[in-house]
Amino acid sequence: MTVPDNTGHDNPYDLLSADDDDHRWAFGTGFTDPLAGVDTTVPDGVDAAALARHCLMLGDDALIYSHRLQQWITRLPELEEETAVANIALDLLGQARMLLARAAAADPSADFPAGTGEDRLAFFRAEAEFRNVRLAERADEDFAELAGRLLIFSAWRLALFERLRDTADPVLAAIAAKGVPELAYHRDYAARWVIRLGDGTELSHQRMQRALDVLWPLVDELFDDDLPVSDVRGEVEAVLDGVFEHAGVGRPSSAPLGAVSGLRGRDGVHTEAMGYVLAELQSVARAYPDATW
Amino acid sequence: MVSAWEVAAATPDPELPMVTVADLGILRDVSVEGDHVTATITPTYSGCPAMREITAELRHRLLTAGYPLVEIRTRLAPAWTSDWITAEGRRKLSEAGIATPQAGATPQAGATPQERRTTTLTLLPARPAVVCPLCGSSRTACTAEFSGTACKALYRCEDCLEPFEYVKEH
Repeated sequence: MTVPDNTGHDNPYDLLSADDDDHRWAFGTGFTDPLAGVDTTVPDGVDAAALARHCLMLGDDALIYSHRLQQWITRLPELEEETAVANIALDLLGQARMLLARAAAADPSADFPAGTGEDRLAFFRAEAEFRNVRLAERADEDFAELAGRLLIFSAWRLALFERLRDTADPVLAAIAAKGVPELAYHRDYAARWVIRLGDGTELSHQRMQRALDVLWPLVDELFDDDLPVSDVRGEVEAVLDGVFEHAGVGRPSSAPLGAVSGLRGRDGVHTEAMGYVLAELQSVARAYPDATW
Repeated sequence: MVSAWEVAAATPDPELPMVTVADLGILRDVSVEGDHVTATITPTYSGCPAMREITAELRHRLLTAGYPLVEIRTRLAPAWTSDWITAEGRRKLSEAGIATPQAGATPQAGATPQERRTTTLTLLPARPAVVCPLCGSSRTACTAEFSGTACKALYRCEDCLEPFEYVKEH
């Protein structure tokens, strides 16, 4: 399909750098601020440091889990699943960009050196500075784990976002409101796969149950947050139990993964898997720190 | 001189070039104060990668049309909904073989925070009334909930057997 072009440019690459002089990158100087033109003033009565910390937590969950989903691309069983997982990862990456930009704008002083934005937060923080839950960083061993983890993650995140729509900061509330229908769609997709696998063949059932068994120790940590919302544990567990019942799988009873000296993902203490995610995510940006894209 | 709105509104969507950003409801507002034009856009999905191209294209068109100071602003709230696709946009998409949800098909949030708190889990594939854009049949089936862009799903017509894309109700 030909793109109608009456702008006088031979190709879209020229257009992207047409209004500035930066031709270093094929796609021009790059990503516009996802919050460009949004009023990022922190309202009276909102603790800016706490807001930044909360946005960082939620942004890191989405960034790291999106990366793990992206690693599935070209390895999925069907083309339809490729587009599904790619689109879900893209939605989460978009949420991560807005949340990291919101964190940087809310509190440019304390934890973040002046002038930082989403890119510095994504590419130049050390492992111990990431605040994602440990569920986000795990590498899936098979498709059943992908389906099970996506169900748990999206059911939990949806419950949080539904409540955050009414939070005091209007930017976080807007990001949450935008994310709700996306996460609901992800959750539906994951739930259908968990049921299809759990209620499928003997082998698929066995692998679905195994996936939930290995994921379950990472679930307890999800409900430890100090976000300004009411507890979501009961609601999330009710949704999961409903899906598990249709899928014919049991809710695992395995003990939560322990903390290290009382510290878990939200405190910057991660599992071995995290280092591998960051090595892949950050290596290009760290090798060429002055590059823009 | 053509109005700033007309210049901005003629910008095609980079992924769906048969419709403009105004047809899709992405372009929310264009205001002019002296030499300064501000165009306000809203993303369809959080991760929509077309926003960058749309921003560059809007800026370029407005500069080329003679407005010296151009600012493109993002507006996050209220969030974009497929209900904002105009009748003209629906017609153009349909002619290009892309089905759209009927206006008002998107489940609206409840009036109170309590009512809109919980989204119901959908365990069976959604069955919106999707009409085949090629033959007009309403005997259609979803073949995949996702497609080549964030805003579309894949469908197939049970009568003419053609596959087609559907802009998801969102």
